[in-house]
Amino acid sequence: MYIYDEIDQKLVDERVVQFRDQTRRFLAGKLSEDEFRALRLRNGLYIQRYAPMLRIAIPYGLLSTKQLRKLAQITRKYDRGYGHFSTRQNLQLNWPKIERVPDILAELATVQMHAIQTSGNSFRNITTDHFAGVARDEIVDSFVWCEIIRQWSTFHPEFSYLPRKFKFAVNGARSDRAAVAVHDVGLHAVKDDKGEVGFRVLVGGGLGRTPAIGFVIREFLPWRHLLTYIEAILRVYNRYGRRDNIHKARIKILVKERGPEKFREEVDAEWAHLKDGPATLIPEEIARIESRFTRPSYLRLPATDAGFEAELASDLAFANWHKRNVHPHKKAGYAAVTLSLKKTGVPPGDVTVEQMEKIADLADRYSFGELRVSHEQNLIFADVQLADLHSLWQEVRALGFATPNVGLLTNIICCPGGDFCSLANAKSIPVAEAIQQRFDDLDYLHDIGEIDVNISGCMNACGHHHVGHIGILGVDKNGEEWYQIEVGGNQGEIRPGRGASLGKVIGPSFARAEVPDVIEKLIECYLARRDSEVERFIDVVHRIGAEPFKESVYGNADQRAAHRRGQLASA
Amino acid sequence: MATLIKERRIVADSWHLLERGPKGEMPEVPARGDVIVPLALWLARREELLARVEAGTLGVWIDANEGPEALAADVQRFPLIAVNFPKFGDGRGYSIARLLRERYGFKGELRAIGDVLHDHLFFMEQCGFDAFALREDQDAQEALSVFGTFSDGYQTSVLRPVPLFRRRLGAGKS
Repeated sequence: MYIYDEIDQKLVDERVVQFRDQTRRFLAGKLSEDEFRALRLRNGLYIQRYAPMLRIAIPYGLLSTKQLRKLAQITRKYDRGYGHFSTRQNLQLNWPKIERVPDILAELATVQMHAIQTSGNSFRNITTDHFAGVARDEIVDSFVWCEIIRQWSTFHPEFSYLPRKFKFAVNGARSDRAAVAVHDVGLHAVKDDKGEVGFRVLVGGGLGRTPAIGFVIREFLPWRHLLTYIEAILRVYNRYGRRDNIHKARIKILVKERGPEKFREEVDAEWAHLKDGPATLIPEEIARIESRFTRPSYLRLPATDAGFEAELASDLAFANWHKRNVHPHKKAGYAAVTLSLKKTGVPPGDVTVEQMEKIADLADRYSFGELRVSHEQNLIFADVQLADLHSLWQEVRALGFATPNVGLLTNIICCPGGDFCSLANAKSIPVAEAIQQRFDDLDYLHDIGEIDVNISGCMNACGHHHVGHIGILGVDKNGEEWYQIEVGGNQGEIRPGRGASLGKVIGPSFARAEVPDVIEKLIECYLARRDSEVERFIDVVHRIGAEPFKESVYGNADQRAAHRRGQLASA
Repeated sequence: MATLIKERRIVADSWHLLERGPKGEMPEVPARGDVIVPLALWLARREELLARVEAGTLGVWIDANEGPEALAADVQRFPLIAVNFPKFGDGRGYSIARLLRERYGFKGELRAIGDVLHDHLFFMEQCGFDAFALREDQDAQEALSVFGTFSDGYQTSVLRPVPLFRRRLGAGKS
């Protein structure tokens, strides 16, 4: 955890006072709905379909057990007893009362938390690899860089009223587990041949209604220049990003309209004025931020543990869980563990207060009192001893968080959808549930192997459907819910050689009840055509193209034509 | 008439803001008095109006979709430059203000005009504005309290050119 100093704490406290005053003036009729809206969104407060929704920031997904217990307490006191972990690594509450939100923020501030800039046209929570600091392929600890950007982006006087929201992702390892190519700005740490740390800077990526893969504006930006360079990007965007149409206001549209090369020139021209100025980072600041992070006091352990090996050999259920939900660690004798929030029948990402408290107890006992929220809406215990894995598994299983499906088909990313969100065209949670029910055979799931299935209830794409290997999008047709299917999306270069890509729609949409059948046909098509178990669904789509998958669902071109004729005749 | 806050005090305003007509036609420039003219008018009649600028009775206002670049060499001559906020959520004026102060070295009165609201004054001041023509419905007395909202900030700004991380180091704080 990053531990606030006096100034960090004071700013968060002052924010509470500011929002309390704004809420007071709104309730007294001194602020219009429209004016208050812009202010409350900056504190994570939405007015939703059924009630307000409060989005609490979990900076880069890192959480202490003290904070989790406070979140549980708040959820119990101000809400209906459960919260929702979002794909932006935040926690959302669905029923707080507007007039009590300042009190909630005050309680959050006591554990160094807030809801600052979790919505509105400003910098959003910075996201990163959920294995930051423990991954074997680490280049830098991305948490440190996320915190530097968090500070820079908090209450930025010049960039608090951007044309639209702005999302940073930072990846500090060789594998991209932060989806840097689909963010407004993505930063991927690299080292040059002298061993100096820098960042490959991508700009203009994003999902939503105009999905785009970011372009590399700079192959190597030395770390000292990080803040001046992003300041230059933001100044160009703040001045020239479109403000006439909310759907064309993201930086990806500016990049597209200017052309990447022209955009780069403008940024460079601006940067020439800022480069080497006072915002240039210094080693002392990096060291200071690093030193304010608490670090686990790891024991010196052997690389293997006999008891653990024995359990693995004798307990098949444990072995299955280990295969999917336990991940390698850079320290010998330790592993990272995923607690799956994707149990069939439970909305993805939802947890009750009782579960939060039990998870906090487990994290205290097994993982140095810290945990992470992943953008796949699971929780991570990053520092578990191998010798403890079997007993942790038993406890996690009792809580219902041991579904051994991480990376598998049922580990679906899913937005809250039409059950909760006023923007949604269609429900998404029941679709996830129907797919999970259809694929309930674990052996079959393991045979299918790694695949991302992502569901969004509308084109705002909170469920990241464009980068699902299979993406499902809820659409509205004359007041009815229909679902479009995409294949071929990929969130980033998790495996070497397969970079980020956007999915393509395979054809006309389906009724909700048909979706599991469609997924099944796509999976059968994949299984029939893969070279070996090593070749994943996404690899096959890229090797043979989408056509065979289309055929598996809609039939071949002749069959499709006949089907269309039939539809026209009956219409 | 909007209330003017200047250097954190409510003050009387002698300046008259000249706006374009409904069809975009340029306003008449009265022969006397302190006037703020649109950027395009200034650019069209620069030679003729230069003497009034030198006399300290003519300022210019920049709209959000314009930039300080067009003023370039003249910036430091003006007694007053105003920047328009067509809508409170339009943040372009913050960048324009910083450029005027930091890049073009403008030292005169920098005034925020248009949809200028209580909750926006703090960041505006950080970006270099020292005068605020509040929207008419705003409570100016109440708005005076807003400048103390945050006791510090992480970034560089016109009021705090040295970022917090360098000042922390200087103060020997942990």
